[in-house]
Amino acid sequence: MGNKLFISCDEATTICTKNQYKEASFFEKLKLNIHILHCKVCGLYAKQNSKLTEICKVHLDKPKCDKKMSDADKDALKERLKEFNQ
Amino acid sequence: MSEIKKHTLDPSKWVDAHSDYLFNYTITRVDSEELAKDIVQETFFSGLKAMKNFRGQAAERTWLISILKRKIIDHYRKINSARGKAEVKVNFYEEGDKKGSWLEERVPQSWNNEAEKNIENVELKGTLDDCIQNLPEKYRTVFLLKNVQQYETEEICNELGITASNLWVIIHRARHQLRKCMEDNWFAK
Repeated sequence: MGNKLFISCDEATTICTKNQYKEASFFEKLKLNIHILHCKVCGLYAKQNSKLTEICKVHLDKPKCDKKMSDADKDALKERLKEFNQ
Repeated sequence: MSEIKKHTLDPSKWVDAHSDYLFNYTITRVDSEELAKDIVQETFFSGLKAMKNFRGQAAERTWLISILKRKIIDHYRKINSARGKAEVKVNFYEEGDKKGSWLEERVPQSWNNEAEKNIENVELKGTLDDCIQNLPEKYRTVFLLKNVQQYETEEICNELGITASNLWVIIHRARHQLRKCMEDNWFAK
C-alpha cells in the first residue's frame, strides 16, 4: 500500500474492508480517515460497508443452536457406517 | 494393543459420541438440515478411510472436526457454481489520470432509511444469500470462510494457497459486489 498519506478511493475502500474485520493497521486507519474527510463517496461507502457487516453478523454468524440428530437418523447413519466398513 | 494409551479411535461409538456435536457445528454453517446430515455422514466415511493416518496426537473429536471443516470448505466451493460463474465487476478506473477513482456507474447510492432499519428481516436474509451465491466461486469461498467460519486470515491463506494481500483484494471485491447487489435488490427498492 506504500507510505503515502493520500490514497485513492480503491485503496481507501480496501482499508475500510480490512477494518470491518479489525485487521487494518493504525496507519491504514489514519489514511482512511483523512481520505474520508475529503471524499463523500467513500464516506458513504464506509457507512454502507459497516451496515453490511452488521447484516452479516445478524444473518451469517448464527447464534449457537442446540440441534440434535434424531434417533432414527442416527440409527440409519450407524447402519451405513457399518456397511461402509465391511 | 496396550501400547496405545492416548487418543484412540473407536468408530463403533462415533455416532453416539460425536454426531450431535458435528451436526450442530455444521448446521450453523450451512443452510439445511439435510445437507448438514450428509456432511456429517461424509465426515465419518472419510474418517474411516483415513483411520490408518491417525497418529493419536489429537483427541478423536478434534480429529473428526478437522475433517468436517474440510468438508464444509468443499461444500462452499461447490454450491451453485453454475450461477456463480459471473465475473466480479470493476469498481474503479484501472488506468489513466483517474486510476483508483470510482467509476461513475459503480458509485454507491443513498439507501432507503426504512429498509436500513430492518436488518433482522427474514427476506433480507434471502436476498443476502442470493447475492452471496452469485459471487464467483473463489470470492464466495473466501468470503464465507472469513464471515461464517470466522477463520483467521492466515488459516485461509494456508488453506487456499494465497497471500494475505490476495485475500484482501478478494474480500474487497466480494464486498463491493455484495454491497451493490444488496443496494440493487434491497436498499434502493
